[in-house]
Amino acid sequence: MAYALQQLINGLTLGMIYGLIAVGYTMVYGIIGMINFAHGDIFMVGAFLSLISLTVLSGLGITSVPLALALTLVFAAGIAGLYGWTVERVAYRPLRGSFRLAPLISAIGMSIVLQNFVQVSQGARVKPMPEMLPGGIKLLTEDNFAVQLSWMQIAITIVTLLLLVAFTYLVTRTPLGRAMRACEQDQKMAGLLGIDTDRTISITFVIGAALAAVAGLMFLLYYGVIDFYIGFIAGVKAFTAAVLGGIGSLPGAVLGGLAIGLIETFWSAYFSVQYKDVAAFSILVLVLIFMPTGLLGRADVEKV
Amino acid sequence: MTHPLLSVEALTMRFGGLTAVDALSFEARAGEITAVIGPNGAGKTTVFNCITGFYRPTEGALRLTHASGATYPLASMAGHLITRRAQVARTFQNIRLFAGMTVLENLLVAQHNTLMPNVANGLLAVFGLGGHRRAERAAIEKAKLWMEAIGLTDRADDPAGSLPYGDQRRLEIARAMCTDPVLLCLDEPAAGLNPRESDDLSSLLMRIRDGRDVAGRCSLLLIEHDMGVVMRISDHVVVLDHGRKISDGTPEQVRADPHVIAAYLGEGDEGDDAVTEAAL
Repeated sequence: MAYALQQLINGLTLGMIYGLIAVGYTMVYGIIGMINFAHGDIFMVGAFLSLISLTVLSGLGITSVPLALALTLVFAAGIAGLYGWTVERVAYRPLRGSFRLAPLISAIGMSIVLQNFVQVSQGARVKPMPEMLPGGIKLLTEDNFAVQLSWMQIAITIVTLLLLVAFTYLVTRTPLGRAMRACEQDQKMAGLLGIDTDRTISITFVIGAALAAVAGLMFLLYYGVIDFYIGFIAGVKAFTAAVLGGIGSLPGAVLGGLAIGLIETFWSAYFSVQYKDVAAFSILVLVLIFMPTGLLGRADVEKV
Repeated sequence: MTHPLLSVEALTMRFGGLTAVDALSFEARAGEITAVIGPNGAGKTTVFNCITGFYRPTEGALRLTHASGATYPLASMAGHLITRRAQVARTFQNIRLFAGMTVLENLLVAQHNTLMPNVANGLLAVFGLGGHRRAERAAIEKAKLWMEAIGLTDRADDPAGSLPYGDQRRLEIARAMCTDPVLLCLDEPAAGLNPRESDDLSSLLMRIRDGRDVAGRCSLLLIEHDMGVVMRISDHVVVLDHGRKISDGTPEQVRADPHVIAAYLGEGDEGDDAVTEAAL
């Protein structure tokens, strides 16, 4: 029982990280109908930016952990946002109006570019990171097994929830969010109502990238090691999460993220760690076969 | 009082070898309802698409003049700037509401430019900063006035896609009016409406022209097949056939013009005959 509770906590934390990345996939899909395969690599860039920022800050003698984390969060989200903007501007916008597969191929290209860029500029070796928020709360002990809720897990949960609430508010209640939803439904019409659709799409990429960077920071702090390749696996899992939740649906992305996190954690805990990715991706296959629109997605009913 | 609001000068639009609009010139005056009519395939919608930036004309000029004297060359402006700067709005033959958004949201999206003048402001809105709340309240007030004008106040929070057809038409017009246009272009607003709905529509359009009981006022340019509507509300009618202007004048003048009668009865397709018989 205690063991399962621990896995639940771990799974939810991991799910939060996947959920944050999945939001970026689902938003971009919603607004321009493409899968941004470079998104996972933006997440990886975010993790590296966080590492650089934390190293520089500790070099500057900033010892307050909350301050260092807050500064890093802003820095990583800001620079990653710039990366997201650039990727859209360079690789996707020129292809708008081209055939459907063109931006997809371009996205895979961007993914490779980012990976290689980080590999060359930061080195291929795994980068370690000392634990910044050690310790936690012991929830209960049963048969010598203590259920731990670490400060890190609490921080991840709080930050994720805050971001998701802010983001949901942005999408549902602000003019910017309305413009995004309008572009999602009918880009030309949105333009005719005076909305600058190109800019709205750019902002969507920037926000998605910033959220991915926050996820990158969390990943770095949670696992303590990163390399240039983490974006691929995390990206594909977050994409799975977005599809599982119903691509295009915001709550779906979060729900899908939590589901993938839980499946992966429980599978590792009770079956085999080696096959955890297989478990996660088998779910993707099953979902695509039996529920192509995902948990919260809606089927496109064509009126004739 | 009635200065030329829109002047179309020698507008030509070719698609490959097909000349859809051929050296067309006409004027739409401020404070009037101008109707563009003609058999199917006469090039009416193409003219609209040129005016609203969907097409770039092959030749010719489109000039919009505001009451302030400022002029805008529509033919070379980007789509969203035509709405934002030149203040031209349009609706489509097929309804293009944001079906998944509520009635109120549809009217708010149209006020995007006043609500979010720049990106920073858009982001500040998340925290309720940057004068967002005040702007939002004003926008909602305006939306309320329009919902009242089209009789949809109690459906404010329903998805636009769930409204009956006639209501969707009027909502689309209200949404276009929320962009504060000086010229509103309507592409077959009465298509598919029953006689009562079409009367409601006529009265709404005349109220918009005169600024009576509605929250805004502007001149209108419309394409319409329903001759009842056209003859009842138009101040000025332009008749096209095969991309050329064949008649131009008041409804009475146009109705009596032998060219118009020939175009509708003589060489039109089957579908056009039915339209004309119903109309004349």
